Amino acid sequence: MSGSDLVMYEEEFGKIDEELQRLYIQTSAKVVFLVDKNGQLIASAGETHDIDTTSLASLTAGNIAATGGIARLLGEKEFTILFHEGEKDNIHISLIGQRIILVVIFDSRSSLGLVRLRVKKVSEALTRIFNDIAAKSEREKSEGKIDESPFAEISDEDIDNLFR
Amino acid sequence: MSFINYSSREINCKIVYYGPGLCGKTTNLQYVYRKTNPDQKGKLISLATETERTLFFDFLPLALGDIKGFKVRFHLYTVPGQVFYAASRKLILKGVDGVVFVADSQIERMEANMESLDDLKINLAEQGYDLDKLPYTVQYNKRDLPNVAPIENMNKLLNPRNIPSFEAVAVTGPGVFETLKNVAKQVLVELKKHY
Repeated sequence: MSGSDLVMYEEEFGKIDEELQRLYIQTSAKVVFLVDKNGQLIASAGETHDIDTTSLASLTAGNIAATGGIARLLGEKEFTILFHEGEKDNIHISLIGQRIILVVIFDSRSSLGLVRLRVKKVSEALTRIFNDIAAKSEREKSEGKIDESPFAEISDEDIDNLFR
Repeated sequence: MSFINYSSREINCKIVYYGPGLCGKTTNLQYVYRKTNPDQKGKLISLATETERTLFFDFLPLALGDIKGFKVRFHLYTVPGQVFYAASRKLILKGVDGVVFVADSQIERMEANMESLDDLKINLAEQGYDLDKLPYTVQYNKRDLPNVAPIENMNKLLNPRNIPSFEAVAVTGPGVFETLKNVAKQVLVELKKHY
């Protein structure tokens, strides 16, 4: 698991949140969220209260993984955009920088064209932020800042307590 | 691949239940779901066929509690066990932090167990993982059935490294939480090594 773990810091999280909020407003979407390719929810914006975002994140990642499998069978590297059209709501899923999935759920207040356009713009900004995060995480590891990490002191007792 | 979020103070880890068809992977998750407090679990999602065979995966998010102020979440997944779902099975292993191999204890399923274990090793290797280096637990399920193989034999065939193994009856529960607890502990210890 070593090098590829995703570590999110306060500063970068703020930047991501800002981008998502902007996208949410610009596209008049219902919900916008960001998922790690492995199905972990990273951040969200909009009307998330009546949506089970954890399940949605895991299923979206499954969807992207299955589509990626199809792509490879066809000799494509990846299909970077998925779009599902419903009676009321639509969902636009796009892969950013091979690693992060951006999901926009929208209804008739918005349009596919608008979502595509805005997603394209925000993708560049998000790619930059995630590159920064990767660089920062590597840097902290090599500088030995890991010692300050809260996990260094996890005791067996802490772990046992989780299962009481 | 765990996800550590310093902003929301959360750690998310992925545990995959692997094993041959009908060995009880989904049953493990269903039991965990039934016995967990509502505030600790999310929905149990099953992408299954009409005959309740897993088609893509089952998913159960569990929030166990806090460690050093960080909320610890485990995402439990199962793979489809049937041989012809090989392509989907591979996908689920992406980003895995810990593996539970659920073996069917019935004598006539030994070959299927071994085949599935080989398949697991191959699929992990394709993603750049080595089973010997991952947090890993073996569960000998269906111990309540009359025609089960002796544990020594199963250990010899399926667990030559003698890693932690648990006898279980996933339908009624014995061994289910012991297995989960063991793999979760290994995942957290591994996390401790890296951070």
